[in-house]
Amino acid sequence: MDYFLELLIGGLTRGSIYALIALGYTMVYGIIELINFAHGEIYMIGAFTALIVASVLTMNGMTGVSVLILASIVAVLYASAYGFTVEKIAYRPLRRAPRLSPLISAIGMSIFLQNYVLIAQTSDFLPFPSLLPALPFMETYSHIIGSAELIIILTTAAATVALTLFIKFTRLGKAMRATAQDRNMALLVGVNVNRVISNTFIVGSALAAIGGILIASHVGRINFSIGFIAGIKAFTAAVLGGIGSIPGAVLGGLVLGWTESFATGYVSSDYEDVFAFCLLVLILVFRPAGLLGRSAARKV
Amino acid sequence: MKDLKKSFFIALWFMLLTFPIMVIRVNTIEKVIEWRWRNMALVGIGSFLLSFVWRLLLDRNERGRKLADGKNPEHRAIGGHPFEESRIYRPTLAAAALIAIAFPFLFSSYQTNIMTTALIYVMLGLGLNIVVGLAGLLDLGYVAFYAVGAYSYALLNHHFGLGFWVALPVGALLGALFGILLGFPVLRLRGDYLAIVTLGFGEIIRLILENWNTFSFGPSGISNIPRPGLFGVTLSLHEATVYLYFLMIILCLFTIFVVNRLRDSRIGRAWIALREDEVACEAMGIDKTRTKLTAFALGATWAGMVGVIFAAKTTFINPASFTFMESAMILSIVVLGGMGSILGVILGAFLLILTPEYLRAFSAYRMLLFGTTMVLMMIFRPQGIVTNIRRVYRFAAKGKGDEPAQM
Repeated sequence: MDYFLELLIGGLTRGSIYALIALGYTMVYGIIELINFAHGEIYMIGAFTALIVASVLTMNGMTGVSVLILASIVAVLYASAYGFTVEKIAYRPLRRAPRLSPLISAIGMSIFLQNYVLIAQTSDFLPFPSLLPALPFMETYSHIIGSAELIIILTTAAATVALTLFIKFTRLGKAMRATAQDRNMALLVGVNVNRVISNTFIVGSALAAIGGILIASHVGRINFSIGFIAGIKAFTAAVLGGIGSIPGAVLGGLVLGWTESFATGYVSSDYEDVFAFCLLVLILVFRPAGLLGRSAARKV
Repeated sequence: MKDLKKSFFIALWFMLLTFPIMVIRVNTIEKVIEWRWRNMALVGIGSFLLSFVWRLLLDRNERGRKLADGKNPEHRAIGGHPFEESRIYRPTLAAAALIAIAFPFLFSSYQTNIMTTALIYVMLGLGLNIVVGLAGLLDLGYVAFYAVGAYSYALLNHHFGLGFWVALPVGALLGALFGILLGFPVLRLRGDYLAIVTLGFGEIIRLILENWNTFSFGPSGISNIPRPGLFGVTLSLHEATVYLYFLMIILCLFTIFVVNRLRDSRIGRAWIALREDEVACEAMGIDKTRTKLTAFALGATWAGMVGVIFAAKTTFINPASFTFMESAMILSIVVLGGMGSILGVILGAFLLILTPEYLRAFSAYRMLLFGTTMVLMMIFRPQGIVTNIRRVYRFAAKGKGDEPAQM
């Protein structure tokens, strides 16, 4: 039973991270129908920035939670800035191009960012300091759930709720929904579509950076290529839940996390990534609209 | 003045943006921080200058689009293609053939080897060109079929002692089989989903090869794969290299011939129609799934075949040769060369494979350049280096009727 609980919690933790990254995919796809391949790289850059800032701070004598908070703020800001810039350079000039063009541009951007970090930093795995504090009251449950895991799950929940409220109630959120429904109509009623798209990238990137910091301090090491696999898995999660849907992305992330966790726990740990990809293929083949998505008939 | 100010702010933005990654490098083990301020200056100056070029190009692009909108599109293409003129075309072809034949005798076997690699990528590019360029299906897992080909030769040779010439068609067939197996369920999907599924499939194949030790010998790979035989004659290493080079030349010519014929065939025109407009295509009575499946299977056949040659050339394969980056490289060859254009793909392959080989200083920046190329090509020249000319049939304006003309 304990083993089962451990896997359940492990899957939940893993799934939360996927969900955080998947939210960015889903929002971008919902608005401009583009798989933003560079999103995984934004997550990686977020983690790297956090590592760099945290290291600089600790070497200058800072300790404790303040390092975590400062590093997180800087990382989130930087990731958002990267997301914004990537959109401006690689996607905006292609707004009216055929569908394949921005997709290829996104792949190019992803390769570029990976190698940019590789060349500017290092190809080795860097140890990531465990920034997440150990909560004292968690001692008694430590055989099932660590405090880092608890923090990850709670942060994800908080971020999701905040995002949902943001989309539902703010002016910008309303503009985002309008743009996602019909871009031309939104333009007609006076929504600044370009700004809305930029903001979508900023919000999505910020969430990815949070995910990056959490997972990096949980796993304890990062390198330039972590974004690729994480990106694909997060995309799987987004598709699983129904791309374009925010609760769908979270549900998809959790389902994917549990699938991986239980499959590695009960079947074999060698094929961890294979399970995720198989799930992706199966979902796309049998239910392309996803768990919570609605399949819209295309009008001609 | 306004431009200057704008560029100044862009430079400032990029200096700020790249600050943590470019300037600071921390060594967490020895606890030292390295500040590289020089990089910051470089980024600043670089982005300042590049922003001018960027704006200029974007402006030109925009103006070009407006011009094209106003004019008859036919005027654009006329005179744009010197290779169609037989006066230029024939001597160029003869010169290329001469260089191709003389190459291994003029240069060392090291150079010949590099050339063979480039030719391998020419074939891969042409194969992927069927899928991406002609049929418009973005396949990001192309390398999986390449791996299938390479492993089928390596394993068949290891277990049953099969030779290269038997393995070549077997590898091609297995590639096609895998193409159909994958294509059957996923080809109903829309473009971008297809890209992700093929990417996932490529990774699945690689991960299985890496982890299924009893089948594929895991990450350590398979070594001692024999080179292709020549009627039982034993060849020295140099001779074997030259032999493989000519083999590749012949296979490339064969590929070019087949792809060319395919493009002009009924199925080829169906691919192009499908790429342009799926709905209209279906309305014209083209079986969408079958047409896509043929493209997918034919592309995979080529990858399988080249995989066998790759295994025979390197005599050692392991899963590390078949990563997503390889797929991305082949894709950028197709994108750079010009989707759908055979000549373009050939030029693209030579450019992308040979440039980093000969400019060693570049090789660290190789993937960086690939990424940049893909983005820039999409923005500024989506049709590639060589624009694919569409064959059109026009009625002559006066009298004579339906004399076919090309543009």
